[in-house]
Amino acid sequence: MTTATIERPEVTATPAVEETKPEPIQHISIICSKGTLDMAYPGLILANAARMSGIEATLFFTFWGLDVITEKKLDKLHVATVGNPSMHIPTMVGGLPGMESMATSMMKKEMEKLDIPPVREMLEILSDSGANIYACRMAMDMFKLETSDLIPQVDGVLSAMDFYDKSAGAHLLFI
Amino acid sequence: MTTAELTIQAVDRNEEGFLLDSSQWTPDVAQQLAEEAGVGPLTDKHWTVLTFCREDAAQQGQPPGLRRISKLSGVNMKELYQLFPKGPGKLAAKIAGLPKPQGCI
Repeated sequence: MTTATIERPEVTATPAVEETKPEPIQHISIICSKGTLDMAYPGLILANAARMSGIEATLFFTFWGLDVITEKKLDKLHVATVGNPSMHIPTMVGGLPGMESMATSMMKKEMEKLDIPPVREMLEILSDSGANIYACRMAMDMFKLETSDLIPQVDGVLSAMDFYDKSAGAHLLFI
Repeated sequence: MTTAELTIQAVDRNEEGFLLDSSQWTPDVAQQLAEEAGVGPLTDKHWTVLTFCREDAAQQGQPPGLRRISKLSGVNMKELYQLFPKGPGKLAAKIAGLPKPQGCI
């Protein structure tokens, strides 16, 4: 029998390749824990890119991340010039008066050039896109914040356990 | 073969289903791409978006991002997500016969 020559084409058949194709992401859940401008954008942009691709997106703002959805703070988020090694300036220089606001306005200008909207508009876009925006209950209590302190786009205040329930089947990302 | 008879099987597409040559696009092709993507029959609102995307891409040399579409086409962000529930960022460009947009907004 010439079994070897008969079997060979079966090994290279296409169905085997299709079976190993990775599953596309269906839902991304992002924990936003930072309140600086440079750390606020990644979560917002990733969530928006997900929605644009038809992926469900959930955002959970906790600790300093709450600043991003706090009405009085979100227009005044700053770039951190101290304790940020990526700034490539000496820490002591970063601490001089005016350095932080200079770095912040530079970053805002660069974002504008790339047609990336301010944080407030990003949150409006995300809300319109159907992304879920939640605040962390424990962090709210810690910072003595009320729901009325948050922007209207926030869908609710959740405990960490509720957040996991809302993230069933999702990929989790911590920023 | 005339353009009216063009089917999506006959046009050249990449592995993600985007047209390789935007000049092969016809309204018929758009309708077939919409059905393939689960968008269903194209309405006037869909056509407003698709026409804007094609005109803007011809002027700018690249497909418009979603924020640009929502600001300039007259169809707002919420409506865009209703028209293309499975991802307006990709689908508007795909059905308009344009390449995948490179921006994140």
